[in-house]
Amino acid sequence: MSALVQVDDLAKIFDVSPPWLNRVLERKPRQFVHAVDGVSFAIRKGTTLALVGESGCGKSTVARLLVGLYEPTRGRVQFDGQDTAALKSSPASLRNLRRRMQMIFQDPYASLNPRWKVLDIVGEPLREHGLCSGLESLRAKVGELLRSVGLAAVDMEKFPHQFSGGQRQRISIARALATQPEFLVCDEPTSALDVSVQAQVLNIMKDLQREQGLTYLFISHNLAVVRHVSDQVGVMYLGRLVELADKIELFARPRHPYTRMLLAAIPDIHMSGSSRTPVQGEVPNPLNPPSGCAFHPRCPHANARCAAERPAMIETPQGVRVACHAVQEGRL
Amino acid sequence: MTAPLLEVRHLRVEFPTRRGTLLALDDISFDISPGEVLGVVGESGAGKSLTGAAIIGLLEPPGRIAGGEILLGGRRIDNLPYEQMRAIRGKRIGAIFQDPLTSLNPLYTVGRQLTETILTHLPVSAEEARARAVKLLQETGIPAAEQRLEQYPHQFSGGMRQRVVIALALAAQPELIVADEPTTALDVSIQAQIIALLKRLCKEHGAAVMLVTHDMGVIAETCDRVAVMYAGRICEIGPVHEVIHHPAHPYSRGLMGSIPAMDDTRERLLQIDGAMPRLNAIPKGCAFNPRCPQVMERCRSERPELRDARHTRAACWLHAQEADS
Amino acid sequence: MSTTTAAAPGALARFLDGDVWHSFKNSPMAIVAALIALLCVFCALFAPWVAPHNPFDMTSIDLNDARRPPAWMDGGSAKFLLGTDDQGRDILSAIMYGARISLFVGVASVLVSMVVGVALGLLSGFAGGRTDALIMRVCDVMLSFPPLLVALLIDGVGRAMFPNADETLAFGVLIVAISLTGWVQYARTVRGSTMVERNREYVQAARVIGVAPLRIMFRHVLPNVMGPVLVLATIHVAAAILTEATLSFLGVGVPPTSPSLGTLIRIGNDVLFSGEWWITIFPGLMLILIALSVNLLGDWLRDALNPRLR
Repeated sequence: MSALVQVDDLAKIFDVSPPWLNRVLERKPRQFVHAVDGVSFAIRKGTTLALVGESGCGKSTVARLLVGLYEPTRGRVQFDGQDTAALKSSPASLRNLRRRMQMIFQDPYASLNPRWKVLDIVGEPLREHGLCSGLESLRAKVGELLRSVGLAAVDMEKFPHQFSGGQRQRISIARALATQPEFLVCDEPTSALDVSVQAQVLNIMKDLQREQGLTYLFISHNLAVVRHVSDQVGVMYLGRLVELADKIELFARPRHPYTRMLLAAIPDIHMSGSSRTPVQGEVPNPLNPPSGCAFHPRCPHANARCAAERPAMIETPQGVRVACHAVQEGRL
Repeated sequence: MTAPLLEVRHLRVEFPTRRGTLLALDDISFDISPGEVLGVVGESGAGKSLTGAAIIGLLEPPGRIAGGEILLGGRRIDNLPYEQMRAIRGKRIGAIFQDPLTSLNPLYTVGRQLTETILTHLPVSAEEARARAVKLLQETGIPAAEQRLEQYPHQFSGGMRQRVVIALALAAQPELIVADEPTTALDVSIQAQIIALLKRLCKEHGAAVMLVTHDMGVIAETCDRVAVMYAGRICEIGPVHEVIHHPAHPYSRGLMGSIPAMDDTRERLLQIDGAMPRLNAIPKGCAFNPRCPQVMERCRSERPELRDARHTRAACWLHAQEADS
Repeated sequence: MSTTTAAAPGALARFLDGDVWHSFKNSPMAIVAALIALLCVFCALFAPWVAPHNPFDMTSIDLNDARRPPAWMDGGSAKFLLGTDDQGRDILSAIMYGARISLFVGVASVLVSMVVGVALGLLSGFAGGRTDALIMRVCDVMLSFPPLLVALLIDGVGRAMFPNADETLAFGVLIVAISLTGWVQYARTVRGSTMVERNREYVQAARVIGVAPLRIMFRHVLPNVMGPVLVLATIHVAAAILTEATLSFLGVGVPPTSPSLGTLIRIGNDVLFSGEWWITIFPGLMLILIALSVNLLGDWLRDALNPRLR
């Protein structure tokens, strides 16, 4: 299967310098945050790639870079074999790209305009891309979309505040599916939901993927959820991809020390009681990342090389990609 | 069998609104033994945070306790005047809230807040209080405790701040700690550190813990017993291992089944159709009956009480039948 | 898994069920203020039918009626309830017609201010960067001028440019003058709200769909930032009316052929010390009544719309 989405050395640097006047008067230097620092991956059609990591790792930024909410500082994104930068230069092809790629957001309360009816919210992409001829066909299509996510067609006359968090997230999904996209970027779509509601939404997403052959990029910090929905998993730390592997391989044999640490740290309802490796330290300040390998201050296997040289991504015989000197040197 | 430290009997909390009075907690009863860790789990709107707030005496008006009793060490604390409650809060009951950023006063140093709490509740001198403060910070794993006493909350990272909050809660040597979602705002790796710390320290100080959270994983790691709440009522209560692996109440079963676990191989997660009822639309009889896969006629009209069900206690008519037969 | 099948209620039903109407019903001050404001507006709007006389119809004025005191004092007559001025015009009718002019100028200025201010605020908050900096500096400059001086300046320039201006043009210049003193408030408020809403996920969702920025600004962000604007506008109406009154009092406001309350106050002011107090006091009272009731309404509206106070 060919890759629908191909990302090469993607990077995004934010300028968070103090205002010009402060810099002049207080002699403060310019400051930059390397939110995403050289990330590469490929997503095969019809599969789900999950990106996991803790706060500040850059996974949400990657999501936004892919849908065009941010412009990359460096790197290339290819969609269905074409470079998106080239596609964005012409309004017609940009429009087409947007139609094929949509996003679902984390906060069900902020992702729907509180003053719009659900009909208008879900119908907006249809109107924008000229996929409907007149109000009647719009209503018919919106009703169909709502039904496909388990809501009733009559709900289109209501306002977002009349729905619960889980229902709003379903409205978001209906809106994202309106243009029949091929690729959906999901930024922590269930993190703000209760567990039983999360189960409903995850089941719907899996059903839709199966029925419509959708490709997902699933961002989350919850490893158990990721294990349930994904085919491939990428682990990010401070803007870098430290491990990328098939789900089964990653959870059975994690290579990178950070992945191991994450897996060992999750409180899990069925694995309580097993001994836990103590976890060291906290995520460093992204304004001041450690030299060399970003994880080395917290890593039990770090040596001098780790502090000096940033590890490159290598591929193991099993097809796992890891960025770790210890793995490369065979110490791990 | 030692006398329970905290007894909650038939607690009712209501909110008068202009559309009528909403019953947010409906006849809650449970006990906490000294040194025990009780988890209170439930989804949004179940009333778990309200239970914690009612016990500490920090119910936001117009919410008020409309019935029942709360006893600490055998004495009622729900009907105390403000001043007496203030003395108990902090001295005998400590509190840990979700957001470490807003739990600490940003204008005072950490040391000042710690020593202030200690001096308010314990008859010690200022030097003694400071020494205790340093010791507490060290116990919570904050390096260079002496220097950090002089720092302000914003100079600590999120996980460190939560450690300070734990230190603050333990400062006056309380018998009971009420922790409301103490790890929800933290990163996964820090969560693990904090819950391990909480468990260890409370054991060392001999404090019982009431841990309110929506995260079953945290409950599984820390608690001895757990109470599952639904729509303002307790639907099941029992030892943690039993409630997780042999849930007796259909809601608990649905809840445990909908959580993806690390050793899970299912294609679909167990799904409970529908949503928790709003406070103004709680069904008659058992609150869960519209969504229950095993609903009976009786469930729609009569509300079940907590009764023994093999390994736990569950509020479900299914187990009444078993007991009768 | 479906939601309730009840049909969604209409807009009026939702409003009557909502917190704003409920708060209004329970606030005696708001009800009284609203009633008074409504009364004033009613009189002003329907002055030609409601007023007992038409004080600007030359044929109906009789100099013999000049300087009559109010009806309850001796020398007064029931025909002229609040007395007459030095030309024989009925004060009560003059107040109604005057209020009409004052309200017209006040509301029109607020509308112009609002449109300009909201548009600039939206643009500033949405575009950010240099556009934002530029507009905000213009705001700062405008704020450093006393509003009355700005109005006087523009008015003076207007008169100099159009010495033989007809009435409509004169009103136009006056409305522009007053609007220019007030738009900054709207711009700043809207800019702040826009900057918050701009980062919200529903705006990002619209961007991902491919909606044009201008459309996002007006269709998505604008409805969500209008709340504070309405409160501002209500309070601003009172301020605008007072500004117009001041200008007219100074003689540089409305043309003399259409006297507003301010003009009436000035006319009465000249004869105040000769004992005919009613000529200036009653227009003054009317002005205060309008300004006060509108201000109180604005206060209530601000509290009612404040989610934290609910």
